[in-house]
Amino acid sequence: MNDKLLEIRNLKTSFRIRDDYYAAVDDVSLNVNKNEVLAIVGESGSGKSALAFSIMGLHNRAKMEGSINFKGTNLVGLAPGKINKIRGKEMSMIFQDPLTALNPLMTIEEQIGEVIYLHNKAISNRDKKAKVIELLDQVGIPHAKYVCDQYPHELSGGMRQRVIIAIAIANSPELLIADEPTTALDVTIQAQILDLIRDLKQKMDAGIILITHDLGVVAEMADRVAVMYAGEIVEIAEVNTLFEQPRHPYTRSLLNSVPNSDEKQDKLHVIQGIVPALQNLPREGCRFKTRIPWIAESTHEDHPELHEIAPNHFVRCSCYEHFYFPDETEVENSGLS
Amino acid sequence: MWKFIVRRIIITLPQILLLSLFVFLLAQLMPGDALTGLVDPNLDPAQIALQRERLGLNNPWYVQYYDWITSALQGDLGQSFRYKMDVTDIIAQRLVNTFWLSLLTLIFTYMIAIPLGITSGRFNDTFRDQMIVGYTYVGFATPLFIFALLLLWLLGFNFGWFPTGGSVQPGLTPGTLDYVLSKLHHLILPALSMALITTVSTVQYLRSEIIDTKQKEFILTARAKGASESRVYNRHIFRNSLLPIAALFGFEITGLIGGTVFIERIYSYPGMGLLLLESISQRDYSVVVAVVLLFGIASIIGALLSDIILSLVDPRIRIK
Amino acid sequence: MAFLEINDLHVHFPIKGGILNRTIDSVKAVNGVSFQVEQGKTYGLVGESGSGKTTTGRAIIGLNEITSGQVIFEGNDLAATENKKLDVKRDVQMIFQDPYSSLNPKKRVLDIVAEPLRNYEKLSRSQEVERVADLLEKVGLSPESIFKYPHEFSGGQRQRIGIARAIALKPKLIIADEPVSALDVSVQAQVLNFMREIQKELNLTYLFISHDLGIVKHMSDRIGIMYKGRFVEEGDTEDIFSNPQHIYTKRLVAAIPDINPKNRDAQKKFREEVQLEYQKDYGRYFDEKGLAFNLRNISQTHLAALPEIGVVE
Repeated sequence: MNDKLLEIRNLKTSFRIRDDYYAAVDDVSLNVNKNEVLAIVGESGSGKSALAFSIMGLHNRAKMEGSINFKGTNLVGLAPGKINKIRGKEMSMIFQDPLTALNPLMTIEEQIGEVIYLHNKAISNRDKKAKVIELLDQVGIPHAKYVCDQYPHELSGGMRQRVIIAIAIANSPELLIADEPTTALDVTIQAQILDLIRDLKQKMDAGIILITHDLGVVAEMADRVAVMYAGEIVEIAEVNTLFEQPRHPYTRSLLNSVPNSDEKQDKLHVIQGIVPALQNLPREGCRFKTRIPWIAESTHEDHPELHEIAPNHFVRCSCYEHFYFPDETEVENSGLS
Repeated sequence: MWKFIVRRIIITLPQILLLSLFVFLLAQLMPGDALTGLVDPNLDPAQIALQRERLGLNNPWYVQYYDWITSALQGDLGQSFRYKMDVTDIIAQRLVNTFWLSLLTLIFTYMIAIPLGITSGRFNDTFRDQMIVGYTYVGFATPLFIFALLLLWLLGFNFGWFPTGGSVQPGLTPGTLDYVLSKLHHLILPALSMALITTVSTVQYLRSEIIDTKQKEFILTARAKGASESRVYNRHIFRNSLLPIAALFGFEITGLIGGTVFIERIYSYPGMGLLLLESISQRDYSVVVAVVLLFGIASIIGALLSDIILSLVDPRIRIK
Repeated sequence: MAFLEINDLHVHFPIKGGILNRTIDSVKAVNGVSFQVEQGKTYGLVGESGSGKTTTGRAIIGLNEITSGQVIFEGNDLAATENKKLDVKRDVQMIFQDPYSSLNPKKRVLDIVAEPLRNYEKLSRSQEVERVADLLEKVGLSPESIFKYPHEFSGGQRQRIGIARAIALKPKLIIADEPVSALDVSVQAQVLNFMREIQKELNLTYLFISHDLGIVKHMSDRIGIMYKGRFVEEGDTEDIFSNPQHIYTKRLVAAIPDINPKNRDAQKKFREEVQLEYQKDYGRYFDEKGLAFNLRNISQTHLAALPEIGVVE
């Protein structure tokens, strides 16, 4: 199990806004093992996609610090020529929106063929085509030979997402990053795509980073879960632990704000305030502090750290020990709703 | 796809018909008629009236239009009273000159626009880009006729590098190499001055297309495949950005027509534009009508070409 | 008489083709839909993309032309030509999916929220400001926001501005088309809670259109499941979730990810069973033209588009 594939240490990815740099990913450390799905959960602005893009080296003008150790190579600061040998081969990505992630002017064969060719320039056109058809079969696209010559707009959203997955798995990568792979899809198609990703994980023995905001998807897919808020990981645990004994106030709030399928609640929990914009992220102390104002100031740490409160269960800041959900009156008084 | 093209061509026909009607009616509104300049003013007015009747000039406008359009369809556009020749023959000579001028202008336009647009779009917000964008602003702000005069004065009169008028050096035998070279020599300056100004819109269009395409998600897909930066640009960004430019090709023709009228006048280049201006100032109506009609048809065909090109190159439209 | 009654609604979109660009066929986006909504309740309309749920909602409020059928709102048929001029726009309002594109970025909040007021009520400038400030307070935004522009607000706040606009004329029926789909989980909760609050306060009726069964379950009293322009099942929320009858409903319910990872295997098994049944029996649930059958009563409250008894043993 402890077959480390990816080891991120103190990663900080900052973007330039006017004259200053602001960290969208702030001091993130995590591991991904072989044959494991690590889910990264968070809302927009949490930095989860920025983290995925950092691993893939897809940020053009960001400042990156720390290290991303992938099979013994540090990807931070790696020369473009070298990272291009890794991207698409040993490590690949599934994008969120199947409608825009494919080039509208290239046939499906050209688009899947490109990633094969880029990492095996000697391949003949015939072998390449055979491989494309094999991949289309593998991701469950019927009439593969026919689909080869089609353009993206001729396929449905679900089929396009399968093509994107085919591109991602073309060279049997060891690490697959899926950025909200089913958000744009209908729920029955989502179930099929998730099944497909699960199967591929087993077949390829790959490590998967699944980025999502959908806790249901996490519960179905993940082995371990990292919860991100405002650029930091606030909690990381095995999937069952996280859903049964969530500890960080943000994790607990998030779980409570989803309509529960088993019991009929009258009111959903609402997290007060909003996720601050990148420029306004609190950089000192507990970043979640302003959204739980009823929790005493003294319970927060000055420099919140991840604590291992149980084996493999990490929680940031000591405030979790004192967290409780407010009743109505407290919300009124805090004046934030 | 052929259905689309056929339908598109079918739509073109009534457009041209409507245009001809419009041009004809405009000509009718102009003072005087075909006889005004042709006959001796000292003739007996009764005789002239008889002539009018005989030539059908007193017929209702739709009968006259019908006569005009049927003969126009057979290639007879009437007589020029100034040149005393068939309008068709005059136009045939001039058309060739304008064709070469337009062609060279188009070539220059794209030779300037594509490298500049690509550089500017790829390296946007760098010094290079700012220089190119600066040029396009100057181009937009400068009136064509002033710029053309300036070049004529500078390169034609001052340095004497190029001839300052005409379409060929007199005394050369058509068909010889010298003749062709002389023609080309006469063409360069007018074509270049027009291209330098008209190209700026294409430069800007291409620049913004590239900047747009750069941010598309499929570019990320290409990078994630491990494609090098140059491959991402050549295979994905430029190709996708050049298509809309290709589609604009037809509309360039419309722009060229306006340009040639100025340019041919300034360089005294005997083409359609100069012919139009001359005929207007000399009230040579039959020529004016014919030239305007041809210009109009060229514009319509330009738009048709644009649509057909787009339908050929863009698979999203090709399907229909 | 029901508050809102839809009878055999059809909305067809023409397909143009051929050289002369004539109508050669039509897409039957809504193909014979009937349901009733009670006042003060929430009716959930569920389906996947292309099911016709949004078209149904838009047809009711008049944004899509009705091909045939009746939309009876408080006793008036909105689809009948003689009622075309009938002014129900006051009473029926819509909340749109995307809070980012449904508000005009160049207008201030005041102008956005006051727009329906200006169309229907003649208010003085100060009255108008007062009304808008009231409405904003009701949706939980500070009255000072009236002079701000949409981009100064977060997604959840923008959706509240959209709601403030929708309730400005004290409507009776609100058609909410995927009102929280573009929002983050915690913001979703905010908007959903708020929608329930004002429902009680103003005795609103919702037609709640969504693809998210979890949210529909949370919000709705009654649910209709649409598939390819027709209803395949309709019933009280309880009926649909605990006793789905139609194969498509089953498939939809099975596809919802379960939030408890402990149920993962059970859910997977359930899904596989349904998938098997789907592959085996799909054809039996549709007539020879591939259309869902007419709804039949299973219980007092529960209807499903099942074939005649005897066709499925």
